[in-house]
Amino acid sequence: MAPYTRILSALFAVAVLASVPRARADELASIMAAKVIKVAVPQDFAPFGSVGLDMKPQGYDIDMAELIAKALGVRAELIPVTTANRIAYLQTHKADIVISSLGKTPEREKVIDFSIAYAPFYSGVFGTKDIKVDKPADLAGKTVGATRGAIEEQALTDLAPPGTTIKRFEDNNATIAAFVSGQVDLVATGNTAAAVIAERNPQRAPALKFVIKDSPCYVGFNKDEPGLKAKLDDIIAKAKAEGELEKLSQKWLKAPLPPGF
Amino acid sequence: MIYHLQLGDLLPYWRVLLDGLIFTVVLTVVSTIAGVAVGTAGASARTFGPVWLGRCVVVYVELIRNTPFIVQLFFIFFGLPALGLKLSETVAAFLAMTINLGAYSTEIIRAGIEAVPKGHIEAGMSLAMSKWEVLRHVVLKQAFRKIYPALSSQIIIVMLGSAVVSQISAEDLTYAANFIQSRTFRAFEVYLVAAVIYLLLAIAMRALLRGLGRVLFRSAA
Repeated sequence: MAPYTRILSALFAVAVLASVPRARADELASIMAAKVIKVAVPQDFAPFGSVGLDMKPQGYDIDMAELIAKALGVRAELIPVTTANRIAYLQTHKADIVISSLGKTPEREKVIDFSIAYAPFYSGVFGTKDIKVDKPADLAGKTVGATRGAIEEQALTDLAPPGTTIKRFEDNNATIAAFVSGQVDLVATGNTAAAVIAERNPQRAPALKFVIKDSPCYVGFNKDEPGLKAKLDDIIAKAKAEGELEKLSQKWLKAPLPPGF
Repeated sequence: MIYHLQLGDLLPYWRVLLDGLIFTVVLTVVSTIAGVAVGTAGASARTFGPVWLGRCVVVYVELIRNTPFIVQLFFIFFGLPALGLKLSETVAAFLAMTINLGAYSTEIIRAGIEAVPKGHIEAGMSLAMSKWEVLRHVVLKQAFRKIYPALSSQIIIVMLGSAVVSQISAEDLTYAANFIQSRTFRAFEVYLVAAVIYLLLAIAMRALLRGLGRVLFRSAA
């Protein structure tokens, strides 16, 4: 081998090893130092994140991002992401935290960490104000609309007592149309769909009767960041105690936080 | 690529399919009778009735024939409640199918009526038959004999089109198939079975209608 080939290979090896990014020891510290927190937010999922008429992002998650940034004393840089790429953005440090109606699943827990819950995201049975239903057993003799194949429809089929009539529609829009037109007075759907109905039809707003499945939203961040987790949990707990989260829930979901949140 | 049919997964849901099939058959039979009645009345009114009535029939026929069936169905089920008329999905399905078949059969039967030679009507009148007797025995009998194949085809078309009522949660055969698919995820098997059932139903209906035609129009024209 030529004399300087070995040196070149050694230098090359050193260069490669040196370019491997060092594990960030403290995400929180780097955020505070840079005075900016990069937050991945949705822009296609109202009311959590969408684009307003003035082309500015708006939604529950955007307000949450601003709240966290203010509590940390830094500026929030909003990074629009989609459901498909939000975890990847976090892992490649393009974003520091993800606030995108993120649910906690075992598969996700393997790669990222979660804060405590900051927003409710549940499916349940909603209905007009005057119908008296507090638990599944009250559905006997009543008619409930649901979207065929949705998780809440399958859960409702198991939960509902005999004597309940379940009208299954092919998609969410037909189910919503059935409720709005008065064909059904009860619907099984998610709280976000109920919020959209309430916004467009305030005179026939669906009120929650009981929750079928609760899958609240959490803030996502990279693993091994105990300092960041502690600070985020602290901010969220304080926001809940001071009524800030209740205000956000009323503003974006047109409903109070569910009991026990 | 070889796919192995998993029809066994559908077996526990045979009752759902049967209920759907019964609903489709009942829906078709009732709508056919009502629809042909509406068509006969409409065609007779258009040809022999007062001018204003004829115009109403024209408006009705053109409206229904030039709009999609599913739009008519959605209007009846989702739209009418806004005007205070809330119909259950079953009633809405019957009504939509009757109105739809009524419009198409009006035109089919009208063609048959106009093919009856005017001389026959005059002959009937000169035999002191009343207008209604002429209509019933001279005109309609001949008209139906002429257009019976076209009418049978339209009835089958409306029967197959009844699959659309599943969209307003009326529990017909297609609704049953969709439901089973959402539980078993065996889309290939369940829609294959549903298609075969519709095919057998159509073949049976055609045979039935052909037999009925032979009984009704037995004597040579």
